[in-house]
Amino acid sequence: MKKKEHLISMTVENKFGVLARVAGLFSARGFNIDSLSVAETEDTGVSHMNITVKGDEKILEQIIKQLNKLIDIIKVQDLTSYDCLERELILVRLSAVNRANIMKIVEIFGSQVVDVGQKSVVIELIGDSHKIEMTLKLLRPFGIKEIIRTGKVGIRKEGEK
Amino acid sequence: MTGAEIVVEALKKEKVEVIFGILGGVLLPLFDVLYKKEIKFILTRHEQAAAHMADGYARATGKVGVCLATSGPGATNLVTGIATAYMDSIPIVAITGQVATPLIGNDAFQEADTTGITRPITKYNYLVKDVKDLARTIKEAFYLASSGRPGPVLIDLPKDVQMKETKYHYPEAINMRTYRPTLSGHPLQIEKAAALIENSKRPVIYAGGGVILSGASSQLRKLAEITNIPVTMTLLGLGGFPGEHSLSLGMLGMHGTRYANYAVMESDLIIAIGARFDDRVTGKIETFAPNAKIIHIDIDPSAISKNVKVDVPIVGDARNILEELIKKVKPLSLEGWHKKINGWKMKYPVTYKKDDDKLRPQYVIEQIYQLTKGEAIITTEVGQNQMWAAQFYKCSKPRTFLTSGGLGTMGYGFPAAIGAQLGCPGKIIFDIAGDGSFQMNIQELTTAVLNHIPVKIAVLNNGCLGMVRQWQELFYGKRYSYTSLGEGPDFVKVAEAFGARGIRVNKKSEVKKAIEEAIAEKKLPTVIDFHVEPGENVFPMVPAGAGLNQMIGGLA
Ligand SMILES: Cc1ncc(C[n+]2csc(CCOP(=O)(O)OP(=O)(O)O)c2C)c(N)n1
Repeated sequence: MKKKEHLISMTVENKFGVLARVAGLFSARGFNIDSLSVAETEDTGVSHMNITVKGDEKILEQIIKQLNKLIDIIKVQDLTSYDCLERELILVRLSAVNRANIMKIVEIFGSQVVDVGQKSVVIELIGDSHKIEMTLKLLRPFGIKEIIRTGKVGIRKEGEK
Repeated sequence: MTGAEIVVEALKKEKVEVIFGILGGVLLPLFDVLYKKEIKFILTRHEQAAAHMADGYARATGKVGVCLATSGPGATNLVTGIATAYMDSIPIVAITGQVATPLIGNDAFQEADTTGITRPITKYNYLVKDVKDLARTIKEAFYLASSGRPGPVLIDLPKDVQMKETKYHYPEAINMRTYRPTLSGHPLQIEKAAALIENSKRPVIYAGGGVILSGASSQLRKLAEITNIPVTMTLLGLGGFPGEHSLSLGMLGMHGTRYANYAVMESDLIIAIGARFDDRVTGKIETFAPNAKIIHIDIDPSAISKNVKVDVPIVGDARNILEELIKKVKPLSLEGWHKKINGWKMKYPVTYKKDDDKLRPQYVIEQIYQLTKGEAIITTEVGQNQMWAAQFYKCSKPRTFLTSGGLGTMGYGFPAAIGAQLGCPGKIIFDIAGDGSFQMNIQELTTAVLNHIPVKIAVLNNGCLGMVRQWQELFYGKRYSYTSLGEGPDFVKVAEAFGARGIRVNKKSEVKKAIEEAIAEKKLPTVIDFHVEPGENVFPMVPAGAGLNQMIGGLA
């Protein structure tokens, strides 16, 4: 059975220990966190966390209930069940041999070259998973040397309840 | 005021009567303030026992129990006691000393990452790095421990924070934007529950520890008496409904009564109140109560539909919800159902072999029950002793049956009894113990002797780790691998060496006198060493993985 990926979005108190509490709920149940991003919101006392995980729906439902129960958590949403925008930022280092062709692909997908060196170029990709996977697929033949990903973040669209 | 003074002031504000624990280097500033003896401090002989004492005090009184330990090994020794309280949702506040803030994280002497270690076994925990946060932290800790679904809260207190000065202000109100337990049940859900109850033909109330925690016993009794619905209890629910009541089915689950388990399996409606469908209660979950609709009343939304699918969840405080539910229910005519249940009760009473002179553990508990008129506070250890106590001591009142249900901690009962006695000085308190479990915190005899705590320890001495032996006998071809406790100590001599009273009982005919002697003792702890039949097993029993109605043994 293929397990569905979930993007869980949380607002939490911005203080030490919170990340450990959240991570502990996943690890105690043998769940691997595939990606995680945390940053302050416009209110510096509050942080936003985005976590992607794959796993058994029933256990995940239980984890979300437990997350809701954590004292430091303000709000939890499983964005997967809503109409939402999701984005990820990726930095990719490629071998510079085929620079011209790389530039073409970068242009088509609206990405950017952010650093150019003797042997390599670094490209910045921003997009949803579909766009990112497509771009990576086309770039792969040029020799990817390194990929750094922020992990997904998401936001619900207006008018969605 | 210094941090240390703030701690004591705050504890006074929280009306703390007694603290259990052991000090150490990093707690010297705090103990210098405790020296004034404004709050009673009980110096235990092991920190695990201090946590269990705080827990026993909390369970017996309904107040928050407090324990105190030094950094490093002191804190790690508390862990079992904190985990025990966590699993059973018991409100305790544990305060641990920590190395001074500049040293934290440096593997300093007696440093342990206490908040890290206790994170999964506390409702919440704090590391106080600034003395200005101290008063608020203590206020929050007591509030968190005792509200919503209660549980242990730990405060880790570095040495330098105890010495720093700040202006003392104890907040009156709590302002936590992220923590607001739901207390009253949703009226629509209560309506739905009432409708289900009205239309049920074979309803059963399944009452757990939540009934006791929320103080809902009298509401539960009203609900049962108005509707005529029989009540079964979990191990932690015992005392929440009178064991001798005609509507009582006793305990359900692995070592529950046959009639409780049969009733649950055949029911068409289960009203679960403050219970969590633990695997020891449901047996094989796939076959659990196949025809029943389920109403689940619980303060913890994450407890609902965790193990079984619930038809009508009602989140909130059990007492509030029952108060509302009572107004909406009517007497049900359940003659057929009661006839069936009474048939089971007649056919399958909880019993044991009585027609010889052998000294059986069940007999001992029956005698304690009779001689204390069912009014003692009972604590138990873990194993057969615990199950026999649950079966044969039919508690009539809440907060009189104290046992480690969730974690199953051997060594719990004796220190819990000491804690309970400090909270309820006039009460007769018996720890129903196994010889294995008692040895896990036996050192607290000193604590009980020095503080004149006349708890009674009834050791059901069978010379083995009985409950595990029972499983080996039934399911592992009688290969008794390391369950014999060998010759064991002479518990009477041990008791006397500690300055306690020791009584040995070898014969059935000596039981009564020994119990009476223990009850009469008002100053010293008394250990009664009952040399019981070694091969006795707890029945009936649902074997692991079997359905609740596939019980074995215990037939009259
Ligand atoms: C701290 C701890 N260690 C191990 C166990 C596993 N265990 C459960 S019951 C039991 C035997 C208990 O023996 P005893 O206290 O003599 O009681 P009896 O069953 O003989 O009444 C053991 C070892 C446990 N529950 N707790």
